[in-house]
Amino acid sequence: MFRGVESPNERLQRRVLAPLFSTGAGYRAFVLFLVAVVAWGVYAYIVQVNYGLMATGMRDVVMWGLYLVNFVFFIGISHAGTLISGILRVTHAGWRTPITRMAELITVVAISIGAIMPIIDMGRPDRVWHMIAFGRLQSPLLWDIISITSYLAGSLIYLYLPTIPDMALMRDRLAKGTSSLRQKIYTFLAVGWQNTPDQRRRLDKAIGIMALAIIPVAVSVHTVVSFVFSMTLRPGWDSTLFGIYFVIGAIFSGIATILIVMAIFRKLYHFEEFITDKHFRLLSYLLLTALLLYLYLTFSEYLTVAYKLAGEEKQLLATLWTGSNAPWFWLFVVAGMVVPAFLIIIRRGPVIPRVVTAAVLVNIAMWAKRFVVIIPSLQVPLMPFEFGAYAPTWVEWSITAAAFAAFILIFTLFAKVVPLISIWEVAEEQEKEEAPAQETREKQQPAMRPSPLGRRQV
Amino acid sequence: MARSPRKPDKIYNLQNGMTRREFITGAAGAAGALTLLSVPLDRLLNPVKPAQIPAEMANTDEKVRAWCMIIDLARCEGCVTENTPPQCTIACLGGHFAPKGQQWIEVYTAELPGGGTFFMPTPCYQCENAPCVNVCPVAATYQDKTGVVLIDHRRCIGCRFCMAACPYQRRFFNWGTPELPPEAAFAQYSPIYPVPAVKGTVIKCMFCLHFLRMGKLPYCVSGCPMKALYMGDLNEDIASNGVEVVKLSRFLDEREAYRYKEYLGTKPRVYYLPGYGQTFGRKPDDPRKLLPVVWPWGGEGYNRRVGIWPWGKSPK
Repeated sequence: MFRGVESPNERLQRRVLAPLFSTGAGYRAFVLFLVAVVAWGVYAYIVQVNYGLMATGMRDVVMWGLYLVNFVFFIGISHAGTLISGILRVTHAGWRTPITRMAELITVVAISIGAIMPIIDMGRPDRVWHMIAFGRLQSPLLWDIISITSYLAGSLIYLYLPTIPDMALMRDRLAKGTSSLRQKIYTFLAVGWQNTPDQRRRLDKAIGIMALAIIPVAVSVHTVVSFVFSMTLRPGWDSTLFGIYFVIGAIFSGIATILIVMAIFRKLYHFEEFITDKHFRLLSYLLLTALLLYLYLTFSEYLTVAYKLAGEEKQLLATLWTGSNAPWFWLFVVAGMVVPAFLIIIRRGPVIPRVVTAAVLVNIAMWAKRFVVIIPSLQVPLMPFEFGAYAPTWVEWSITAAAFAAFILIFTLFAKVVPLISIWEVAEEQEKEEAPAQETREKQQPAMRPSPLGRRQV
Repeated sequence: MARSPRKPDKIYNLQNGMTRREFITGAAGAAGALTLLSVPLDRLLNPVKPAQIPAEMANTDEKVRAWCMIIDLARCEGCVTENTPPQCTIACLGGHFAPKGQQWIEVYTAELPGGGTFFMPTPCYQCENAPCVNVCPVAATYQDKTGVVLIDHRRCIGCRFCMAACPYQRRFFNWGTPELPPEAAFAQYSPIYPVPAVKGTVIKCMFCLHFLRMGKLPYCVSGCPMKALYMGDLNEDIASNGVEVVKLSRFLDEREAYRYKEYLGTKPRVYYLPGYGQTFGRKPDDPRKLLPVVWPWGGEGYNRRVGIWPWGKSPK
């Protein structure tokens, strides 16, 4: 197969497909470990169902806890896919091609994990079907359900469409033998892809439509997630800023997550050739943009409250800045805003460790930020009584750990089924780079031209 | 929409001879048929009947009431003069078998601007513009025609959104299987008398609607030794604490009634009459404090304390 000099395309295929055909012992051990963590979380959940939410640290005053923090966090990082593959595709940013697949995978997996969290939080999970049978559209929770299921469906389609040519590639490669079941699956998933110009044109059009359609859905998802909080009369939640604040926060943590995932698979799957310093650098600029936007929104949010110091809001700020929640708040400010900003702005040292450190810090800080948004607002007394107490129990920590393990597990399993780099798109991009003369006319067009719908020549 | 001429290579599928239009109309038809077919299925999936209200509690009164409560803060002494825990709370939890920790009417020690304190009994405020009713995703909490906010514990999914939305913290959650005295099991559940409490659902004061419908006063009103609580009907403009009957509008006006956190726009149906206990001569430096409420049947509130093992920690 690899006679003589390898063409770039062949090398690309070999590199990207290699992990799909060989599985090491380390991989198995890692999967086993993740399965064990998830199983422990399932056990914790069984305990919780058995005893009721008594098993958690939540009580009448602080009635929401870690589950809701995880919910907002996972829905947040699901915005990675939308940003990278939706927005960058619409704006014709060619460098996105090697990372779109991973970004879309993050979206699908994160949204699935996130959507389970409110169900785990329910006092009566046996009645979850009441939401469908008796759903009231006046309730922000119903908006969440509609928005999140649309986003999940849309992201699944959007993940699947660009994999079709790669599925066909797998199908053709497996035609020579090996497991017949795998071959059948890939044949089914490739839906008769033969790479005809007509098919290419249709696929391009479909992807273009999905890229545009998924952006408003993604914005709506995190907006209505914020509405669960901002539709109440609580200090800190009663804010008109919450919609955009949550959306920007989601994009912020989404970019950080894609950076981490990129770095991990670059190393593990030897993608150094395709995912280069350039990708990390460009994404870090996007991260910085999101960071500055988030900083601005955080500043507006707290300054407007701190200037007036209205009764309950003052108590909230006291607990956030100097009180019992101060560690969480300042962790967010230092690890999420200050340090990552300096790591990106001061460009000293190799780019990848620097940017990935920033990304890890951002993700930790954004989890803390969700905690800071949800828990202290509930602790502030609304009646003449003391501050509410909340200490998560082992059940909540176990389920939280299981949620993260499940996220990594699903991702790890996906990585064995689907090529993590969109081979055909990268190849297409490589061809474009090799033939720049043909492209000059198109490149002279403004980069922000909105509609790519079917206009791209194949 | 103008019909464009058909392009066979685009929308005609050679394999089964179906156009896109046919496919779409067919799919829409199939979806419609499925919806129709799912109607009996929905009945099957839906064993939840509207909660039955026992005949003796049924509303026989033809008039539509608009129940409200008036709390005379001038008279409320938090039962420190009686040297007992607040009797309204005791009467309420005894009558409703409220799980331990849930004070549906709770007496707080609130501070006065001048440095003194006063006692503030807080039932559910039965807001007219109730934030909890607005956010419920399954209509488990609702207002009956008299304005009382009720909860159907057969429908509640335990999301606790109503608790987050309540700006008065007057809702409680049954965090586990409640520990109740055996006689609670004989009660017939209905949203107006939610006994016994249902695990994993939200619960609160419901103005003893089962009593009001029978023409009786709620537990807290009849239990108050100071006669500081009045039950009123805004429609009939009358209120009573069991001893005296007052003309409601004049009473509220003369006593300068206010509602808690009125600026929120929730329109509570509970009015406070300011006065801070002058009737009984409570001074700012009065050392007598509220006594903690004791549940007569004891226990931990919810049975089985949680441990790391499936069988949990054994109760001490």
